[in-house]
Amino acid sequence: MENNRFELNKNLAQMLKGGVIMDVTTPEQAKIAEAAGACAVMALERIPADIRAAGGVSRMSDPKMIKGIQNAVTIPVMAKCRIGHFAEAQILQAIEIDYIDESEVLSPADDKYHIDKTKFDVPFVCGAKDLGEALRRINEGASMIRTKGESGTGDVVQAVRHMRMMQAEIRRIGSMSEDELFDAAKQLQVPYELVLYVHEHKKLPVVNFAAGGVATPADAALMMQLGAEGVFVGSGIFKSGNPEKRAAAIVKAVTNYNDAKMLAELSEDLGEAMVGINEQEIELLMAERGK
Amino acid sequence: MNIGILSVQGAFIEHEEMLSRLGASCFEIRQKSDLIRPMDGLIIPGGESTVQGKLLRDLGLFQPLKEKIEAGLPVFGTCAELLLLAGSIKNDTRRHFATMDIVAVRNAYGRQLGSFSAEAEFDGLGTIPMTFIRAPYIESVGENVQVLSVVEGRIAAARQKSQLVTAFHPELCDDLRVHRYFLDMIRTNQAKDRGGR
Repeated sequence: MENNRFELNKNLAQMLKGGVIMDVTTPEQAKIAEAAGACAVMALERIPADIRAAGGVSRMSDPKMIKGIQNAVTIPVMAKCRIGHFAEAQILQAIEIDYIDESEVLSPADDKYHIDKTKFDVPFVCGAKDLGEALRRINEGASMIRTKGESGTGDVVQAVRHMRMMQAEIRRIGSMSEDELFDAAKQLQVPYELVLYVHEHKKLPVVNFAAGGVATPADAALMMQLGAEGVFVGSGIFKSGNPEKRAAAIVKAVTNYNDAKMLAELSEDLGEAMVGINEQEIELLMAERGK
Repeated sequence: MNIGILSVQGAFIEHEEMLSRLGASCFEIRQKSDLIRPMDGLIIPGGESTVQGKLLRDLGLFQPLKEKIEAGLPVFGTCAELLLLAGSIKNDTRRHFATMDIVAVRNAYGRQLGSFSAEAEFDGLGTIPMTFIRAPYIESVGENVQVLSVVEGRIAAARQKSQLVTAFHPELCDDLRVHRYFLDMIRTNQAKDRGGR
């Protein structure tokens, strides 16, 4: 039987489109997320807001904890490994994780090389701030891209910046004449073939989600209108007053992101939002990890 | 011909592209007000069945669509949607439209590492490429259900009157035959309707 893992892994991301992927730290939270309509969950020991607060080195989660979450839900389960830490990725593959997030939210294990993701059968999602980063990750084997945003802040400004940057560069590549693409590939530090794909299709070769700082249904709708194909929500849900209600509202906001009337209803009475930290108050910019 | 595509979550754009290549027009169904448009057929795309099942209900789409399907609206479900139409799901207590007399098994090939592609016979279409992503399969079918394809001993496609389900994703392959089959089904259905009147 012919099996092109990269194609199959891209295909799984296609099935997640229009959905919300939620950070969870316990099987109970995973069940709440699934019941609220999450299309996948990200299993991690501490949500990014707490990672940020705790400081210190942040690593892959305990496989036992991840397995507990795999047993609690039927939707796909993702988990994070450190940038460049291929041994953590091997461990996550061994417990049959559905998607690995090689994530800047954890402490990077390698300050030069990302994981060679083509060596793995399980799919990888990676963060990117711009088109160059996105295409470099895809060239390394990532089958899904998300904006880096700034995790654990509840501040959407950086996710917006990254999504706008990526879309603007895609439009720029799309409108180039073909003989300009070679130089564009050189400038972006990516292979010509990937630039040609973007030129021809006016999109990334893989699914592109928004992540980092999404805290409200309006944030989710904003990211979808800016061109995201789905949304990751981390600390925004389980750091808020009413996680069940907020999670369900964000799921519906992603489906009907163009319907302001419905968004108004969804935004009503959600309880206290995550407090959040402003961009200027952050000491650690996770988005600067791994380029 | 105008096809409604349930677009609450999942790979609905891929279906739109297949239909436009076949010259059929389509529209997205995201909320109840979308259902006022005339609809000759319905596609419910692959995605997460728990999410789609929940959103169908929360957005008030479930009952009206169920009534349309029961009244004979041709419907085509891929992967997750097979579970929405299945009368019985072996490893899940949730039921959705439950309009087809089939017993389905959810995530039957395991996690993502179990996803695979294959080429297999599809009744009347010859050998077609098939992509299975965390796929279900059909364990058994009732007597009114026609089995259209079997992959490695497991039922991968079936039809009951105007309801068509595939455990694989024809919208992910560059092959239009299954979508054309569905459009032909709608035409046959319409011809029958006209004949009956």
